[in-house]
Amino acid sequence: MSTIIIYAIIAMTVAGVVLALVLYLVAQKFKVIEDPRIDQVCECLPGANCGGCGFAGCRSLAEAIVKAGDLEGKACPVGGATAMAQIADVMGLKAEQSDPMIAVVRCNGGKCNTKQKVKYDGAMDCVAASQNMASEGGCGFGCLGLGNCVKACKFDAIKINPETGLPEVNEERCVGCGACAKACPRMVIELRKKGLKDRRVFVSCVNKEKGALAKKNCERACIGCGKCEKECPFGAISVVNNLSYIDFNKCKMCRKCVAVCPTGAILAVNFPAAKPKVENPDTQTAEKGGEQ
Amino acid sequence: MKTFNRGGVHPEENKLAKNSAIEVFPLTKKAVVFVSQHLGAPATCLVQKGDKVKVGTLLAKAEAFICANTHSPYSGTVTKVDVATDFNGMKKPAIYIDVEGDEWEENIDTTADVIHEISLDAQQIVERIKDRGVVGLGGAAFPTNVKFMVPSGKKAEYLIINGVECEPYLTSDNRIMLENTEEIFIGIEIMKKALGLTTAYVGIENNKPEAIEKMSKMAEKFHGTEIVPLKLKYPQGAEKQLINAITKREVPSGKLPIDVGCVVDNVGTALAIYDAVQKNKPLISNVMTFTGKSVKPENQKNLLVRVGTPMQEIIDYCGGLPEDTGKLISGGPMMGKAIMDTTAPTVKTTSSILVMSEKEAHRIAPSPCIRCGKCVEACPMGLEPVLLSTLCSQQKWEEAENECVMDCIECGCCLFTCPASRPLLDLIRVGKNKVGAIRRARAQK
Repeated sequence: MSTIIIYAIIAMTVAGVVLALVLYLVAQKFKVIEDPRIDQVCECLPGANCGGCGFAGCRSLAEAIVKAGDLEGKACPVGGATAMAQIADVMGLKAEQSDPMIAVVRCNGGKCNTKQKVKYDGAMDCVAASQNMASEGGCGFGCLGLGNCVKACKFDAIKINPETGLPEVNEERCVGCGACAKACPRMVIELRKKGLKDRRVFVSCVNKEKGALAKKNCERACIGCGKCEKECPFGAISVVNNLSYIDFNKCKMCRKCVAVCPTGAILAVNFPAAKPKVENPDTQTAEKGGEQ
Repeated sequence: MKTFNRGGVHPEENKLAKNSAIEVFPLTKKAVVFVSQHLGAPATCLVQKGDKVKVGTLLAKAEAFICANTHSPYSGTVTKVDVATDFNGMKKPAIYIDVEGDEWEENIDTTADVIHEISLDAQQIVERIKDRGVVGLGGAAFPTNVKFMVPSGKKAEYLIINGVECEPYLTSDNRIMLENTEEIFIGIEIMKKALGLTTAYVGIENNKPEAIEKMSKMAEKFHGTEIVPLKLKYPQGAEKQLINAITKREVPSGKLPIDVGCVVDNVGTALAIYDAVQKNKPLISNVMTFTGKSVKPENQKNLLVRVGTPMQEIIDYCGGLPEDTGKLISGGPMMGKAIMDTTAPTVKTTSSILVMSEKEAHRIAPSPCIRCGKCVEACPMGLEPVLLSTLCSQQKWEEAENECVMDCIECGCCLFTCPASRPLLDLIRVGKNKVGAIRRARAQK
């Protein structure tokens, strides 16, 4: 009886040793040497896998950075400059300076400035709606307000304001990954530079129709009149296809365009309220902007 | 009685306007004609502001293979070439015409004589159809001449004429079968000649006994054309379903009717072909229905309307809208689209203006799917709408493509049958759009 136990123990031990040896040899033979820096780079990244960098997730970005050995064209919009500086340290490189970006909604329509003509009754999906109609107010370019951008945001940074019917971006939460901009079938959302002190000036309209038609559907549409283009001292504004666009690289945030816009389509956000009658506050800001 | 093999639903017929004879709609004062009114590449506009046009003058020319000419439906002066609002609120390039009189191009035969003899040969017929801008009047507006250019290696064996009119409410095809019977048959003869066939089948659903009777009587005079009464089931008028009902053939996924030797055309198209070939008349008018449960019986009308007539004028002509109108639909209740702007003009394929009362107009709020499988049972294409709509809402385009989302014919049976009133078709349409874009991008690579 005891011999059986002894044989069994010996047989198991021998088999164990042999198999362990096989496993060891196989592991040696097919060893994958992964650059330890990938893990290190990965740790610097936020780990949200939002895809804002253009790669499938944070690990893909880390792999791409280590593989290429440079940071050109690879930047994490979420981690921003801090994350990129950390990665640059790991890689022994110098981080590129990239400005933080933020999503801006370029539509003034919604419930306040357009008159609802019809009621949409289909699936609550912007793409489905945009296939079937212009919009409830009649504008064929603007926001439909059904919230595909809200569904796309992984950071809970964009919400539809029930009062205006338009999406609003939470500036603290928005990381500028651009998921909402991709989800919007009307290309209403644009990624713009966050700007100094979060101040931004932009044309909040994407309607390319002629002025009269655009104005018919929305009180605050860009009518392509070109007043802002003439007014801008920095040549930052161009009017193409009846639609004005402000180049954020050239804009010095003087806000002269905001003042001349007849429909109020141009928005200036996060500026302090204009002080009453201090000698021309606009030019002051312009000079300030120029210095910056 | 024959019908197609898979799926289908039975919506209420509501053919309320079936006894009103076709009325010729009076000419409008200011017409708006869209430059492109077909499926395919856009046509090129040939006229400019100030040009004088006659009825039948070429306004826009087809330059691509799948493209159709647009002719002037009115005589008068072109006031501007600009964008105009379509019924869904979108802007499209259009030609504005101030109507003066009703002067036709000299080469068009405007008499009411029925011409029996077909003088053109097959090649000339196809060219004439292309030249006269005939498109499929079943709803898709596919350029008709393309259907008659059978690709090499394929052979047309069956010519099927669609007189099914399976959409509830619509009665225009029924009326033209009753009132233009002989012209339709000559149109079919022309199509047979173009395809080199001796036989044709006309499918008519058995809820139109008068049309079946009249057409059958006429068929005795024209050899080789058979009237096939079909059992009532929606969507029998869809191309692939009609082929299945009449020939028992099945068009494989991603293939065209010609791959199984079939050419399908609507009775309206047959009439347009007759006009084009025998009378040299371009496609500038079509018969449409003005109907709805809340519309008074005397205002239920079938109208012969010239293309480019503002819908509002048609509504006014038919006694205006009832007070409790909740929704207007262009086309049938199953596949039609809601009208957003009644100032929009009609196009070649506008088949009806359907008035829905406030009570009927709205969808019930969707509730969660109970997995009853009714949509799967109803789908005439053998798809799984519940799976497809889920994949599309989760943006799994590749999987949706593998599940044959592109085979969906958008008949709306799934939406009609869903007890939870889920927006199945809306989401599948989104998927079709996306997968189509992905495929086009892939083809370009």
